[in-house]
Amino acid sequence: MTCSEFLALLDDLIDDSVTPETRAELQKHLHGCDHCEVTLNTTRKTIEIYRSHQIYDLPPDLRERLHAAIMARCKKGC
Amino acid sequence: MPTRYHSRYSIPFPVWSPAPPSVTLIFYRLHAVTVSNPNEFPQPTAMATIQPIAGELEPHPDVALVERVRGGDVSAYDDLVRKYDRQIFRIAQHITQNREDAEDVMQDAFLKAYEKLEQFQGNSKFYTWLVRIAVNESLMRLRKRRTGKMVSIDEDIETEEGSVPRDLADWAPDPEQNYGQAELAEILRKTIQGLPPGFRIVFVLRDVEGLSTEETAETLGLSIPAVKSRLLRARLQLRERLSRYFRRKKAPRVTKPREKRVGETRNDK
Repeated sequence: MTCSEFLALLDDLIDDSVTPETRAELQKHLHGCDHCEVTLNTTRKTIEIYRSHQIYDLPPDLRERLHAAIMARCKKGC
Repeated sequence: MPTRYHSRYSIPFPVWSPAPPSVTLIFYRLHAVTVSNPNEFPQPTAMATIQPIAGELEPHPDVALVERVRGGDVSAYDDLVRKYDRQIFRIAQHITQNREDAEDVMQDAFLKAYEKLEQFQGNSKFYTWLVRIAVNESLMRLRKRRTGKMVSIDEDIETEEGSVPRDLADWAPDPEQNYGQAELAEILRKTIQGLPPGFRIVFVLRDVEGLSTEETAETLGLSIPAVKSRLLRARLQLRERLSRYFRRKKAPRVTKPREKRVGETRNDK
């Protein structure tokens, strides 16, 4: 397996949607390729960081204001 | 019809400053990324950390809430708004990149969903249906702001092939610990804002908000291969850009000492 082939299957590996055979091939490639190992680990980390740090939070006061506005209009039948 | 490019340089990417000596940049071409394994679909349910569990056996609790709203119980809608307002606000802000627009989108999306609730079929999840409304509202706002410039989720998207540069420097362990909360948020915001909208939306829906590939495709009106292709590119581009902040400060990675082979003489150290 080449690095390009590995990269093409990177998402499937991360999302755990590869067959056991493909997984074995990917693991074999990883074993001998530091570059792909770094790419895999840092891509996983990228996703994890974006999942665990929400960068656009809805502040409580704004939330209440928007919520009140929405419900007021809904009660009026929009 | 989206513009399709076939140049290998058509993936927009920032101009790279000269790489420090410890970093090697190698360009790999990605060929027919998703078309190569069409038999992978539908995805198996055993998703590790990324995919939400698709439990379709029992009716989703939202179904009961929607029924109550349809029956005239407005307070049930209150529950639905509270349940999803944060996600809708985040998605809107990710797409519009503007706080005021995101506020408007959030209100308009929930009001529109309320008005159109009779049209909600129940063959998709209420949340996915709501997200689709919010995405459309967000794109409309984005178009208004960028008057004269076409904005669609097809924008800046190159399809079958292209090259993704690879920064091969490893990251520091727990690299986010090296930054304060505000600084980290700024880095993450700046980094994701630099992605083309078509990549950004897919990444946000799929990886940040946890929609499945199928739901993301349905929400955006894209094919599953298109979602997969964009997701891969989005992930790789984000990884690449974050590398600037998160790579190990110390220069070259020390290669692991190799086991001495039988019969081999090594005089180093």
